[in-house]
Amino acid sequence: MAEVQISAQRPRRSLWQRSRDFPILPLAVLLIVFIIPAFFAHWIALHDPYVPNLRARLQPPIFFGGTWEYPLGTDRLGRDIYSRIVHGAWYVLAVSFIGILVGVVVGTTLGLIAGYVRGWFDGFVMRLVDISLALPAMLLALALAAAMGASFLSVVIVVGFALWAYFARQVRAEVLLLRNADFVARSRVAGSSHFRILFRHILPNVTNTIVVLATLQVGIAIMLDASLSFLGIGIPRPTPTWGLLVSDGRDFIATDWWIAFFPGLAIMLTVLSVNMIGDWLRDTLDPRLRQV
Amino acid sequence: MNTSQTDALLDVRNLKVEVTTKAGSFFPVNDHSFSVKSGETLGIVGESGSGKSMTAMSLMRLLPKHAAKIRGGSVKLDGRELLTLSEKEMRKVRGADISMILQDPQTSLNPAFTVGDQIKEALKLHAPGGRKTLRERTIDALRRVKVAAPEHRVNSYPGEMSGGMRQRVVGAIAISCRPKVIIADEPTTSLDVTVQAQYLRLLKELQDETGMAILFITHDFGIVANLCHRVIVMYAGRIVESGPVAKIFAKPAHPYTEALISAVPSLHGQKERLTTIPGQPPAPTDIVVGCPFAPRCQYADARCHSEAPPTVAADQSGDHTTSCWRAVEA
Amino acid sequence: MLRYLLQRGASSLFALLIITVIVFSLSQLSGSPVDALLPDDATQEQIDIFIREWGLDQPLWKQYLTFLGNAVQGDFGVSLKWPGESAMGFVLDRMPATLRLGGLAILITLIIALPLGIAAAVYKGSAIDRIAQGFALLGQSMPNFWLGIVLIWIFSVWLGWLPTSGIGSFAHLILPAIAIAWFQISALARLTRSAMLEVLDAEYIKLARVKGVSEWAVVFKHALRNAAVVPLTYFGILAASILTGSVVIESVYSYPGMGWVAIEAIRGRDFPVVQAVIIAYAVIYMLSNLLVDLLYVIVNPRIKHG
Repeated sequence: MAEVQISAQRPRRSLWQRSRDFPILPLAVLLIVFIIPAFFAHWIALHDPYVPNLRARLQPPIFFGGTWEYPLGTDRLGRDIYSRIVHGAWYVLAVSFIGILVGVVVGTTLGLIAGYVRGWFDGFVMRLVDISLALPAMLLALALAAAMGASFLSVVIVVGFALWAYFARQVRAEVLLLRNADFVARSRVAGSSHFRILFRHILPNVTNTIVVLATLQVGIAIMLDASLSFLGIGIPRPTPTWGLLVSDGRDFIATDWWIAFFPGLAIMLTVLSVNMIGDWLRDTLDPRLRQV
Repeated sequence: MNTSQTDALLDVRNLKVEVTTKAGSFFPVNDHSFSVKSGETLGIVGESGSGKSMTAMSLMRLLPKHAAKIRGGSVKLDGRELLTLSEKEMRKVRGADISMILQDPQTSLNPAFTVGDQIKEALKLHAPGGRKTLRERTIDALRRVKVAAPEHRVNSYPGEMSGGMRQRVVGAIAISCRPKVIIADEPTTSLDVTVQAQYLRLLKELQDETGMAILFITHDFGIVANLCHRVIVMYAGRIVESGPVAKIFAKPAHPYTEALISAVPSLHGQKERLTTIPGQPPAPTDIVVGCPFAPRCQYADARCHSEAPPTVAADQSGDHTTSCWRAVEA
Repeated sequence: MLRYLLQRGASSLFALLIITVIVFSLSQLSGSPVDALLPDDATQEQIDIFIREWGLDQPLWKQYLTFLGNAVQGDFGVSLKWPGESAMGFVLDRMPATLRLGGLAILITLIIALPLGIAAAVYKGSAIDRIAQGFALLGQSMPNFWLGIVLIWIFSVWLGWLPTSGIGSFAHLILPAIAIAWFQISALARLTRSAMLEVLDAEYIKLARVKGVSEWAVVFKHALRNAAVVPLTYFGILAASILTGSVVIESVYSYPGMGWVAIEAIRGRDFPVVQAVIIAYAVIYMLSNLLVDLLYVIVNPRIKHG
């Protein structure tokens, strides 16, 4: 018990104190690599990401014999890698954001209702959750791509499908705890409708969980999107999504490594910083989610 | 105890343990000296955080590796110095010569093994034998702690037993190798009153049977009165009073002991804890000038706040000591 | 125990059934097979015959039952892209290659992740712990297809140690297996570490030490036995991720396994093969999950007796 007593002496740290541990560097990286390019691509891109320029084919990046004209080099059609990455950021952001949104809305709604009404509906939803968690998202992606062709919509569906069950499961668990809480009982006595109790009283109490969980899923969503576009079953060409950019460079890795290298680096840096921010957010807002 | 007893089984001299945390380092065990004889029960009493458990773990040399270190003193068992033993030699002492009963029966048994396996493991390490003899001795250990139908119980998992039963199993593990000393770290705190009384009676019987010494760590002076021969009272890492139970109950020499005793409810009454003493003990990392109890002491004067009291005899016999300025003046 | 396994088996079968429903309804979404399979200038008579032959005039639920009946027998029709091959036959033909790759990836994962996670927990806060944690963070952020390409760049192009792509020798397996395992190593090591840390803090670990048990036995007998449940539960997820990984990585290395077939079939709009490959993946996945359940029972006596 000695250890316990030592740690028990340490006072709980306030939110303010923890905010000082905020991961500044990851946030900066995220802004530079992902957020700013996504919203301001037209201002910061150097070239048109789509128009070939055969005179500038396969330029190496700066510091490897290239020029500032094409800082990260050019691909086999002479398109600027940097500008293509910058323009691709928007699609990566859109897919992951909307995909997660789909997951949040579907998962939260089902989780809220299942936890609140219990009974057969709860059993049914939890069955679906089990199955959905058990099915590799890639299988659905393959099936969807084969059936309706790859599109923005199919990617969003796949991402939403891959994530909704996590939200449903977590939200349901919290609702089960909350539905017996005093304030819920009070508002029930006061004659509030079920709808009102669910969305005005219970939902605000699970938002922390949802926010943390959603942040932790961003990395997964980006990774899934990148894998799909790499396989050619994501957003179709010529949209320069990051996975597609890596796939473009695959056959040139022996001679022109930069074509595949930099887009992949962008994915890695983005996911890395999102994950670090997500970890911080979880530890700050909702440490119980560590197990998720 | 300043008087060195030659017939002491376990003799602890000037033991010092330092704990290092981010907030700074401190001594939860500060210059402890005490001893215990065969067949004797020594109570170690104090509030949580006073260093009781730390003392116990340092006797076993099982302090948390990075955080805590023994910084001096000596621990002799039967005249053999334990602090200088190699880790390998010390392992042979643990469980065989000194054993321990941990606080929480809910969690102190490994859920993945049968209780029989867990008792057998200790036997195998310290007194190896054939399959059959090991099994017999395992059942015997369970029988000695009065577990009903021990032949069947050996195959049970801890999850299938009640809290009181599990604590008996923990006791069986502790006594299985017939140790000379058993350290019992608040073994009954989480048991209900009836089970607690049974368990204490059991400990007493086992002691009469084997002549082992017991170090009984508790914050409950009621148990001390029932079970112990002598007692040491700890406060903020220091021993503030030590002596025979009867003497300390009759005439506590330290104001803290006095407060503890008066905080004890009637023996079978409500569990009213030590919270009746106003104020808080100092945080371990606080730098204490003077007597650590002074801020909570109703008798404290200027000297108590500025100068630490020495340890002195509380009466003529010499087996009752305290560290309090009032005793010095007397 | 038997009841538990039966329960899990039934739930797996149910999930498999759901997949067949999904696959079937998606095949409805993909448009009529009339357009896909008959030439544009087919006469109405030809179309009618075709519809009757394929049972397209039947109600949807009947069509599904027919599909299910055929699926149970492994009959998904013939491949459109690889003429003369039965869809499932073609997939089964490629299955051993994928199982070899996945098996090696799992082996690599276990051999590296478990010791790393255990060491990181036992020597918490040490250099090895920090290395493991850094590795975990990095591993989970690196897209596996990109890693696959970078590995080719380093080990095939620069160093010339290993082949860039294809199938044949054991050497062909090494790079793709590492690329698949990479993410799993970081995930499993992190999980093992936290599971071990939690267990090492338990009172029964203290009791084992009090008994005089050696540190080695404390870690590998008392702690690991209890902590193993967590990584084992993860093993089900591991199987899924490795399967997903194989789709991506087989494509990177032009390794002709099931994953490669899946992507090629989608590109060639070869729906029978896509259906067959999805079902085959799902079956592998369910079986590996059942295996996990079985191991779970063995490791965790509480189920056996509960």
